[in-house]
Amino acid sequence: MLNDLLLTLPITIATVWVLVLILCEAFVHNANLTRWLTAIGFAGIIASIFLIPSPEGYAYGTMLRTGTFTNFSNFIFAVSGLLVVSISDKYLEEEEINFGEYYIILFISTIGMMLMGSAANLSVIFIGLETMSVALYTLAGMLRKDVRSNEAAMKYFLLGSFATGFFLYGIALIYGATGELALPRIAASLQTNGVSTLFWIGLSLLMIGFLFKVSAVPFHQWTPDVYEGSPTTAAAFMSTGSKAAAFSSLIIVLSNISIALPNNAVLQTAFAYIAVATMAVGNITALTQDNLKRMLAYSSIAHAGYMLVGIAAGSNEGYSGVLYYALIYTLMNVGAFGVIAVLERHRTLTNASDYAGLFKQHPLLAGLMAVFMFSLAGLPPFGGFVGKYKVFAAAVEADLTWLAIVGVLASVVSVYYYLRVVIFMFMRDPEPAPQANANATGSFALVAIAVIVFLMGIFPTEVLKLADNAMKVALK
Amino acid sequence: MHQYIFLTILFPLAGFLINSLFTLTNFLGWRTKERETLVGLFSSLMIAIPFGIVVAIFLEMLSEAERPAHLVEVYQWMNTGLMNVAIAYQVDTLSVLMALIVTGVGTLIHIYSIGYMHGDDGFSRFFSYLNLFIFAMMNLILGANMVVMFLGWEGVGLCSYLLIGFWYDRKFEGTAIVSTGDAAKKAFITNRVGDFAMLGAMFLIFQTLGSLNYTDIIAKRDAFDGTTVFWITLLIFIGCTGKSAQLPLFVWLPDAMAGPTPVSALIHAATMVTSGIYITARLSPLFLMAPQTMEIIAVVGAITAIFAGTVGLVQNDIKKVLAYSTVSQLGFMFLALGVGAFQIAIFHVMTHAFFKACLFLGSGSVIHAMHEEQDIRKMGGLRKYMPSTSTTFFIASLALAGFPLTAGFFSKDAILAEAFASGHIVLYAIGTVAAFCTAFYSMRLCVLTFLGEERFNKSVAAPTTSSVAEQEPGGGHGDHGYDAHDDHGHGDAHGADGHAIHPHESPAFMTVPLWILAALSLGAGFLGLPAVVTEHSWIHGWLESSVMQAEAAHHLSHETEWILLGIGSLVAVLGLGFGYFVYAMRIEIAASAKRSLAFLYTTLLDKYYIDELYELLFVRPVQWLSDKVLFRFDTSVVDGTVNGIGDIFMSLGNGLRKWQSGVAQNYAVAITFGLILVIAFIAFR
Repeated sequence: MLNDLLLTLPITIATVWVLVLILCEAFVHNANLTRWLTAIGFAGIIASIFLIPSPEGYAYGTMLRTGTFTNFSNFIFAVSGLLVVSISDKYLEEEEINFGEYYIILFISTIGMMLMGSAANLSVIFIGLETMSVALYTLAGMLRKDVRSNEAAMKYFLLGSFATGFFLYGIALIYGATGELALPRIAASLQTNGVSTLFWIGLSLLMIGFLFKVSAVPFHQWTPDVYEGSPTTAAAFMSTGSKAAAFSSLIIVLSNISIALPNNAVLQTAFAYIAVATMAVGNITALTQDNLKRMLAYSSIAHAGYMLVGIAAGSNEGYSGVLYYALIYTLMNVGAFGVIAVLERHRTLTNASDYAGLFKQHPLLAGLMAVFMFSLAGLPPFGGFVGKYKVFAAAVEADLTWLAIVGVLASVVSVYYYLRVVIFMFMRDPEPAPQANANATGSFALVAIAVIVFLMGIFPTEVLKLADNAMKVALK
Repeated sequence: MHQYIFLTILFPLAGFLINSLFTLTNFLGWRTKERETLVGLFSSLMIAIPFGIVVAIFLEMLSEAERPAHLVEVYQWMNTGLMNVAIAYQVDTLSVLMALIVTGVGTLIHIYSIGYMHGDDGFSRFFSYLNLFIFAMMNLILGANMVVMFLGWEGVGLCSYLLIGFWYDRKFEGTAIVSTGDAAKKAFITNRVGDFAMLGAMFLIFQTLGSLNYTDIIAKRDAFDGTTVFWITLLIFIGCTGKSAQLPLFVWLPDAMAGPTPVSALIHAATMVTSGIYITARLSPLFLMAPQTMEIIAVVGAITAIFAGTVGLVQNDIKKVLAYSTVSQLGFMFLALGVGAFQIAIFHVMTHAFFKACLFLGSGSVIHAMHEEQDIRKMGGLRKYMPSTSTTFFIASLALAGFPLTAGFFSKDAILAEAFASGHIVLYAIGTVAAFCTAFYSMRLCVLTFLGEERFNKSVAAPTTSSVAEQEPGGGHGDHGYDAHDDHGHGDAHGADGHAIHPHESPAFMTVPLWILAALSLGAGFLGLPAVVTEHSWIHGWLESSVMQAEAAHHLSHETEWILLGIGSLVAVLGLGFGYFVYAMRIEIAASAKRSLAFLYTTLLDKYYIDELYELLFVRPVQWLSDKVLFRFDTSVVDGTVNGIGDIFMSLGNGLRKWQSGVAQNYAVAITFGLILVIAFIAFR
């Protein structure tokens, strides 16, 4: 037992720490203190990943996986949480929702993500998914007096529950087909007993659950409404952390099953078609969005499409590409939402035209936003380019060259709406200036993100090696 | 020591960046005078330190018995499976010799520029460009593969453009040229034609070998068949005709004189324009496999030499004379390359760098003293005002003319001897005539500038008061540029009724480099003594390990060689003497010759109408095509297509937007729909 706690140290730390946070908030009732403690919690998780990386193996029987894959995914979640916390406080104050609960719920959500990223058993994935999702529903409705926020929470909850129903049903059918919940044993059972139609139906339902979470087409429609209605910083968290969690869970399931069903052409084709639909709908709809939060919501759908290209490739290369992509996407998307949060005023000043001449008033902010937009558009030398390159290259290697071509064409479309923001910021004359309300930590975080996004574009090798390594060992 | 070669590239780059900062922050500001020297010395140091490093490498190599090429890899630039390119530098005797010339002459010209550019608004900008040029030039000559070389090749082209147009708001007249900016564009565009050919050659090499490293190209050169190697070498040579100003692409070089004079000395005489000779020598084994190309090179070189040499006879702008002289001398170098004497060509590159830099810097000193006057008809008698400038100019002119025992004598006569020995008697004859012209116009330049009557404070437009026989009465032929506005007959431009010119010697910053270069113009020839004197001259021994010579080393009997040396000396002395006779003693000969040979004179003065021909053949048709045809095609077809595609996507986006109804139930329907599709596809495919 003690050994298991140590093996899953990040989850252990998080679980203990969340109790500390709740008690502290209950008795001291100081949002700023809770914020700092939350940040310390995330920092502690990151530190524990680097200082005591877990060895390859299982914990709690065969409930949880440990090792490089888990380390990598946990790192993404913790980074996402830490960055969102550091850009949150000024925004929350401005919107008058600076409650300690915000940080605590965000932290709880991260525990769910970490469970998803280290699960080796379908039931754990479900627990993780629900922990994360319920916390996110609450975050979406954090602006209690705002109708849009209430609507967002309600929609998210309704549709999320709808999808979870399918997910759970899928687990049940898989259990019925194989008699197992632990992923390695499911694979073993498939190898000995063969694959039944019941299993395929179960797997399809399971996939629907994941595809809903990553907002793939046609399960995506909640995304723009929820992101627009939620507090901007919460949207930043939903679009990055929860997406990364769903993808890492999906990779775990697929990589385990692929032991029994290597190179399954049907699954590959299904993911390829969904990827095409997702990239096309995400990018094309984003073209007509004026509201930047909605634009970023469609952009996040499009990015899910790019990541699905790596899933469709179905190879180690593809999966490690998705991991790298999830990390860089977390960074640049939190950055973009962060800039929006700095400028937003009670749901105003979120249109691209509000950013006219931003460069003249806030050169730093405009420069940062430009970096994030360029990186999201996938232009070198920023990290977004390397991520795209990696998943598209994996698709080419998996004989899905046509998919890579579609992906590149979709990226070309995306350049329009990202650069539109840049053009407004740098090439239009300023409107009456929006006041920026960044504080030191927020600005520092944004600058740090921009620098890392830049560095990951120029020197991607080390991080790529980590991602490759995570997949190599995980698949053994 | 050779592993530190990358420092010789980093220092100029750092100099460029820091100088750019000076420019951006307006560092000179109101304390211009105090800080100018600081900026100038800093920039010079950024070239002098590399010079020191190159000298150290040179000395180290000198002490070695074997001188193998060292490859220094700095950085893996591109690594794409099929194509691997490293930022790598090749240190061998050829590149070190070139680096010595570039950094050595470069340092001197940097120092000279401190004096020359004094008080200019763009002082630090000028030095940042100069540093950038040295950076690019070092990449060109040190690069271990053609990609790094091409980086430098394009880089020097860019710097050339920036520096020709340095005084971008000044007027400069030429055929279809009204400002220095036009001259800069002309240089850039003409060079692009050559660069395109150079790229084509690189593609052909890569197609066969899959590598662009010099070592690979030379080691695996047998992989090329005869046709390929012909096209590769021909394309490289076409590239060289652009950068090294040969027929038919030489037209930019005379107009490049629009730039500040130190630029003309450094870029358009000593270093950049010789890069074509360098690259040909670098790939000498390849050229030796293509005898037809060699023949073309030799013929083009000889024709360029005589062509530019004759044009130089009648030009009146001091820098234009030198510019045509440079084109002519480059022609000599290509003649040497074409007859297989690669080492001799490099030798002439070196001696030419010394004396031509000295001449250009000297002309700069004169122009400086004359307050931006460049017309030699308005000079004369400057010797007593400018002793250092006139003496060094005279020495360098002797070297250019090939006066016995000067540097130019040995290198030029070696070229002509090789042409003779290889059986190109006609080319030898052409070269000898060109050498006579060279000697003649060198002396004409010296006499009209420094000797005789002082003409600068007289109204040149009044022929009765002027003894300059070449001045045509009544305005006759308006030469391009500087004297065009003097043809009104009022004497209102620079004449006596304006401010008087008081020539003065230039400051030490300018004269010391002149003296050093003059000394080198005298002495450097002894590095390449002819075979009759010493069996194996130093320059041959040095370049042996890096530059291949033609196989059957053309052996001449000693008698023949003495005779050729004698002819060479005679031609130089006669040319100089005739020039002195005409311009210092019997000026009326020139005037009467001009009258009786008016047609020839105008043809030469107008440079055989090559510029006009190009204007008619290329510039006008292209302008017409882009204005009347391509512009319309672009606005209707290209823009129409692009905008049409954009409109399609926007309307698609608007359509998809309507799908987003905002009603949660509809979303659930979509999810269910998707669910059915997925299950149908996966489970019941």
